[in-house]
Amino acid sequence: MAEHGQHSVPHAQAGEFDNMELVHPKTFLGKYVWSQDAKVIAIQYGLTAIAIGLVALVLSVLMRLQLGFPNTFSLIDPSSYLQYVTMHGMIMVVYLLTALFLGAFGNYLIPLMCGARDMVFPYLNMLSYWFYLVAVLILVASFFVPGGATGAGWTLYPPQAISPGTPGIHGGILLMFASLAVFIAGFTMGGLNYVVTVLQARTRGMTLMRLPLTIWGIFMATVMALLAFPALLVAILMMLCDMLLGTSFFMPEMLNLGEPSTHEGGSPLLYQHLFWFFGHPEVYIVALPAFGIVSDILATHARKNIFGYRMMVWAIILIAVLSFVVWAHHMFVSGMNPYFGFLFATTTLIIAVPTAIKVYNWVLTLWRGNIRMTVPMLFAIGFIFTFVNGGLSGLFLGNVTVDVPLADTYFVVGHFHMVMAVAPVLVVFGAIYHWYPKITGRMLDDTLGKIHFWVTFLGTYAIFYPMHFMGFAGVPRRYYGYGETTFIPDSIQTLNAFMSVAAIIVALVQLVFFYNLVRSYFRGREAGPNPWQATTLEWQTEHTPPRHGNFGTELPVVYRWAYDYGVPGTKHDFIPQNMAPDEVERADRVDQDAPGRLPS
Amino acid sequence: MANPHPGRPMSPVEMTRSAPQEGMAGLVSDWSAERRVFDISWGKAMMWLFILSDVFIFACFLVGYMVLRMSTVDPWPDASEVFALTIAGQSIPLLLIAIMTFILISSSGTMALAVKYGYANNRRLTAVLLLVTAALGATFVGMQAFEWAMLIGEGVRPWENPWGAAQFGAVFFLITGFHGTHVTIGVIFIVIMAVKVMRGSLEKSRPGFLTGRKGNYGMIESLGLYWHFVDLVWVFIFAFFYLW
Repeated sequence: MAEHGQHSVPHAQAGEFDNMELVHPKTFLGKYVWSQDAKVIAIQYGLTAIAIGLVALVLSVLMRLQLGFPNTFSLIDPSSYLQYVTMHGMIMVVYLLTALFLGAFGNYLIPLMCGARDMVFPYLNMLSYWFYLVAVLILVASFFVPGGATGAGWTLYPPQAISPGTPGIHGGILLMFASLAVFIAGFTMGGLNYVVTVLQARTRGMTLMRLPLTIWGIFMATVMALLAFPALLVAILMMLCDMLLGTSFFMPEMLNLGEPSTHEGGSPLLYQHLFWFFGHPEVYIVALPAFGIVSDILATHARKNIFGYRMMVWAIILIAVLSFVVWAHHMFVSGMNPYFGFLFATTTLIIAVPTAIKVYNWVLTLWRGNIRMTVPMLFAIGFIFTFVNGGLSGLFLGNVTVDVPLADTYFVVGHFHMVMAVAPVLVVFGAIYHWYPKITGRMLDDTLGKIHFWVTFLGTYAIFYPMHFMGFAGVPRRYYGYGETTFIPDSIQTLNAFMSVAAIIVALVQLVFFYNLVRSYFRGREAGPNPWQATTLEWQTEHTPPRHGNFGTELPVVYRWAYDYGVPGTKHDFIPQNMAPDEVERADRVDQDAPGRLPS
Repeated sequence: MANPHPGRPMSPVEMTRSAPQEGMAGLVSDWSAERRVFDISWGKAMMWLFILSDVFIFACFLVGYMVLRMSTVDPWPDASEVFALTIAGQSIPLLLIAIMTFILISSSGTMALAVKYGYANNRRLTAVLLLVTAALGATFVGMQAFEWAMLIGEGVRPWENPWGAAQFGAVFFLITGFHGTHVTIGVIFIVIMAVKVMRGSLEKSRPGFLTGRKGNYGMIESLGLYWHFVDLVWVFIFAFFYLW
């Protein structure tokens, strides 16, 4: 591609890449700021998400400081504690994990792994990021309006969310609604792109059943997000009307701090149904990409094909479908019709089947593999532990009778942090360590990576594991302080202090990670095109990092699935997806100095 | 990465692709094909997907409406009285809404014709039909504004109304308003498309508004999909608000 220069991607074979014209800007601003290149957009998404995620991390440390050492820090009052809880949850779930998995990894990996030059509508893709950035800025602004950010909890349940007495009911909750609406609009632009790219813009030979599981995970998660976010949009529009126009969609007639409210006849339960119709799929929107990425990391670093690829794909699809019919398991104690509880407990427990299949398949992929204990591999294995842990406590909470006493205790906090906070975040780290060499051309430092992994992994257990016991003891969640509560033994306070210290250590060790990111960018070892000897297309690009247009003059042709590691009958440790059968034979005949390298 | 087989014969997947199949076999061959699942342009695929997402928005609205209507303890206003038009001293139920529905459905017809003449490269007729569609859509929105004004004049507010459950006004204004916004956006885009057709932008492949992509007459079809969808949603809103 060098002879064509950077500013033109020559047309691929007729029909190969029809109706794709890439815009190749020449200015710095055009290339790196107003860029339409999915890879640049991915990095923009990633950096923004990590930046706002750091805010949420600081908030969680502040919460831990209050819980571990009550009445020590004067800046944390009950209202601001509730605001921390709310903003921490909302940022982590929507603005960090969703944006990072779909916006960052989706943008970077979908065109590369499918063998496309870019997303199908690059301009829309760019707009998607700028909408996201505006959404983040609106969210950040809500900290600074009078009254501060909303403190309604990330679920924003009415009537509490917009009733006097809750922090941030003047500006904060409005900005939260605005930010979410902008986020949803922006996400829709990106999400449509991701889905159409996967469905319609793959390269020759790339059938759906040859896609790497990473793409399957991101693809299904995006489809789910496109169908789940509408419910949230409708819910916040209705609540906005309740707040600004005085309608009564969700607001019942009630006394508010002794004053009768002007609302009548609204249904708070309707909000909960709408919210969780979004909220439960949202859990899998962050889980499915993690499932996919972890499958690829495990197979690559264990030098073994993924166990049960087809089953893995169908499990992803089944989980995606089922996750739309389980939402009311978040509402067992809401006062809905008890028969619903039975129905939703059943569907919830059924989800355990495809999920368990996935876990078995990950473990069976490791079984007798040629495991390389690289940093991404460590994070992937760490994910299996935390995910199984959180999954099992999910089975407790999926049963109505067990959930009723455990609802709104720390058991729930422990459960969902294990399964949908720590587990996906470990995958995010693993994925960054895995793909950083392709994104920057340099390796991340191994020793720093291992320190980062072990402290994070063990630290998160120290933080979240005790929460299960606290839950059994009945400690309620979202409380600023417990004072002299008779049923809470003193030892709980000791445990809280211990967890807070662990949380501070885990937060601090992330600095090692960021130092590693920055240092390796300038000083890291040169990675070469394919440091992990992986099969998927993004490692076979002509340039590292790949240029705009991803591939050279012609798009790769795919001959095989993504998991040809240690294939019997060849001398190769791995066979890239775009290596033709006769090339494999030819390469086998030549005595190779460096096994696994592509013949040129 | 050079293609090692420039003159490669078609692969088995390609061969199954070249022979379209019916029924289940066709479904399987579509989804197991390389490169693309549906034999349609990217823009059209994206529009279908957007419509699917939008279906969920309207479904949530309508389900919310049903829940509120069924759970309220106050009586729900009688649609045939609320939406009646008094002409020459006679109160005729649903007259205005019948006309509005007729106009919107007719605009779907003109839109379909615009798509047909677009593909036939009849620029002039396409542009005229698009403008007629936009005019019908704008008329619909105008009549909706008239209906809103009439109801507001009778004392209907989002938070109250003279006849019963307060939620009546809330869901009515929110959902018809949301639909009206869809129609309005559609009208704007149809006018833009008509201008493009008249200028000949679609023939000259001039890079287009919003996407920077070169246009073709497939864009009119995608826009048509949106327009038919908006009409279809109206049928549901009509049924749920005016006939229930």
